[in-house]
This record gives sequence, structure tokens and C-alpha cells, in this order.
Amino acid sequence: MFRNQYDTDVTTWSPAGRLFQVEYAMEAVKQGSAAIGLRSKTHVVLACVNKASSELSSHQKKIFKVDDHIGVAIAGLTADGRVLSRYMRNECINYSYTYESPLPVGRLVCTQRSWKRPYGVGLLIGGLDESGAHLYYNCPSGNYFEYQAFAIGSRSQAAKTYLERKFETFVDSSRENLIKDALFALRETLQGEKLTSSNCTIAVLGIGEAFSTLDQETVQRLINEFEVVGEDPPAEAAAAPDQSDGAEPGPAAAAADDDDQETPAADQGAAPMDI
Amino acid sequence: MTKQQANWSPYDNNGGTCVAIAGADYCVIAADTRMSTGYSILSRDYSKIIQLADKSLMASSGFQADVRALQKVLAARHLIYQHQHNKQMSCPAMAQLLSNTLYYKRFFPYYAFNVLGGLDSEGKGCVFTYDAVGSYERVGYSSQGSGATLITPFLDNQLKSPSPLLLPAKDAVTPLSESEAIDLVKTCFASASERDIYTGDKLEIVILNASGIRREYLELRKD
Repeated sequence: MFRNQYDTDVTTWSPAGRLFQVEYAMEAVKQGSAAIGLRSKTHVVLACVNKASSELSSHQKKIFKVDDHIGVAIAGLTADGRVLSRYMRNECINYSYTYESPLPVGRLVCTQRSWKRPYGVGLLIGGLDESGAHLYYNCPSGNYFEYQAFAIGSRSQAAKTYLERKFETFVDSSRENLIKDALFALRETLQGEKLTSSNCTIAVLGIGEAFSTLDQETVQRLINEFEVVGEDPPAEAAAAPDQSDGAEPGPAAAAADDDDQETPAADQGAAPMDI
Repeated sequence: MTKQQANWSPYDNNGGTCVAIAGADYCVIAADTRMSTGYSILSRDYSKIIQLADKSLMASSGFQADVRALQKVLAARHLIYQHQHNKQMSCPAMAQLLSNTLYYKRFFPYYAFNVLGGLDSEGKGCVFTYDAVGSYERVGYSSQGSGATLITPFLDNQLKSPSPLLLPAKDAVTPLSESEAIDLVKTCFASASERDIYTGDKLEIVILNASGIRREYLELRKD
């Protein structure tokens, strides 16, 4: 009851000392498709799930280059995310113009305005500065935290569970292993759906390596190498196992796969998704 | 009552000369590396050439502080373009941007005399020449700076390119080969250094072609 009285305006406090508009904005982040970030001492990997709203449309871009040494992955209202990316790019350009050196990531992370609605997007900011690689999470409340690894968006808890198990190995991880861990964490959020290069995007930056998004072929090759395919969902009928070592990925959603009963490969097969 | 004259000028002329020649599939841009003020030399090794994009180079003589500021503005604008379009600016696009940037300061101009050189979208060499406030034209060759008055007539003699007003439009690129063009440039500067006190020390030549970018240096008279 009280919640409804004090939640119309971002500038109104509730009696319990909460800003409901901000909390509602944080809910928007949880609705967005998953984004994951991990870092080692020398590299940062950002990964996200590409969810297209329908088969006819393409997916929205969720990973943006902000500067050679900074990249950002977003979850939530992607339009807000794009506005923030544009603002951050400008900040980097203006800083380099004045100081002829790259903007330290820590300076980038404070961007809220009080007279408008809060931004409904969570940002995973990966960047490099003199002290090495950093990963920050910026939430709609304006708070930011530094992380070794983090996941945001829908079904991110599954990814976080995986990351919590493995994060201690990330600090000294090689670039390849960091990407592999990102792919595995990403797979956790798909929960049954097959991970292919068309439903995920990976971006890497590191010492000596400017921010870049990996192209589809590279991602598919890595997925095949690491045998990161979807898992069998628990009790679906007539699951059709796919080969998991680089053969043609079968059409994931086609019910016609039911007819194929091949011996499952060592790891797992993907079941067609019922939608 | 005579009008009071300014006893301080925001501008200075650091001298120097720039040349650019466009070929069928290459572009040569060259500038000397001497920076002066008045009758003194500030540096014998100061580069006036900058690479603005994949396929665009700019050489500027005049007031080097303004040149440096102009270079920074163009670099920042190019970054924004890359963020928005996901690709590098083409040379003709950069040419228009440079013109607009110069005219933006029409009433307190950049004291910079620029030549822009590069490859257009067909891979042919292109050279654009400017005045201080942004008036520009695509040409087959150009020279700017303190030695321009000595070099331009010589280039006219060797390379006379067709007028851009001709119909049917004729190509502005020179029939010379890349190495011939480089030799021509070296000759220009060797001659200019003889008579122009602001040109000399070293010549920096940058060649842009389909295989990429490369630099050559040539010692010039140091007096």
C-alpha cells in the first residue's frame, strides 16, 4: 500500500528511506537478456546472449566499444544503454583530446541525472588502465562495484553460480581460457537451448589488444573446440542428440529431429526447444 | 589621430612547405621538417604530416599550434564517425569535414595551409588543396606554404593537370609512376631549399597505395 504512494516520482523518498523508481529501474535490468563479464590480470571478456524478439527480426546490439581500452555490455532497456554508450564515448574522446591519454575506467562509471527517470539499464564496463584490467558493474541506482566476474539480466543466476565456482582461477587465466569460461557461463543462462555463434556475442580487450568483438566464425570455432553445446533438458520426450564436436549443428527447434536417433557423443546433445 | 595598431598577434608563421601529388593508384605527400619563427629555427625535425584515417593524410604549413589543434579536432571527429558508421572515413568525406572545420572558425581562422591526400573509394589517388578558411578543390597536385611560390610553377610545367571545369570531366591524376612522382617531389624540395630560407633540413615523404603506407626521408640543405 505504501509503495504505491511514493513510487510515482524519482525525487520522492518513501518513509522507509527507499526510492522506488530506482528499484523499479533495477527490475528492468533483470528483464533484459543476459550479459556476462570476466576479467583476468591482463584481459577482460564480455559476453551476451542475443535474443531476437521474433524470428523475422535481428537481435539488438548489446556490446559497445567505448574506446580502444574500454568496452561495455548492457542488459535492460537497450535504448537507454545506447544513450549511455554514446555519452561514455564522448567522455573518452574529450578526455583524450585534453590529456592525450586514455580515460581511466574508474572515472567513467558515474552517470546519473536526478531530474529525469533513472536509466533502466545495467552496464558491465570492462576496461584497461595503468593498474591492469578492470570490470565494473554500474546499476540504475548509480552505484558501481568492481568485480572479478559478474552476470546480469535474465537467468543470470545460473551464470553467477558457475562464475562463483570458478572465479578464483580467472586472475591468472589465459585469454583463451577466459573466453572459454565466458562461453560456459553464457551457456548456463540458456538453460537447454543450444549455444551457437548466432545467439551470442563475445568481445575481448586486453593489454596490447584493443577492444574488438569476435566475428561469428571465430566464436563458432571456439564453441566447437570447447564443446560448449546445450545440455539435455530433464524430461523432454524424444530428445535428438546432436554431435558435439564440430559437425553441422542441427536445426535446434525442428521437431523433425525426433526421427534421428544417433548415438550421443561423449558430452551431451541438444534437444529441440519447445516454444 | 591614427588608428591604434595591435601590438600583439595571436598568430605566428612557422614556415615550411608541403606538396602532394595524386597518381592512378597512389598518392605522395611530402613536407619539409623545419619549424622556424622569424629568422630562427625552432626545430629541424618536426613532422607536418599526419595520418587522419586509413586512406587520408594531411600535411599543413603555417602556424603549427593551430595545425596541431586542427589535427586533434579532426582525429576526434573521425573517432565519432567510426563509432557511428562502423567504418573509416573515406578521403572525400574527410576533405569535406576539413573544409567545414576550417569554415567553422571563419572569423578567427586556423592559420593553417593544408593539403589533404589519399585514395578515393575507387583506389585512385586524390589530392585536395585548401585555403585557411576552408575553400577547397580536388586537384592532381598541389603545394602550400613558404616554398609554394617556387614549387607550384615547376609542378605546373611538369604535371599540368586538366582544369576541373572542363567538359567532359578529365581525370586529375598524373600519368607518372610512383617512383617518378617521388623523384619529382625530391627535385621540388631540393630546389625550394636553395632559395626559400624557411624550407630545408629534412624532407619527409609519405606514400599511400593499395599495399598500405610507407615513409621515406631525404636530407635537405641545412642553411
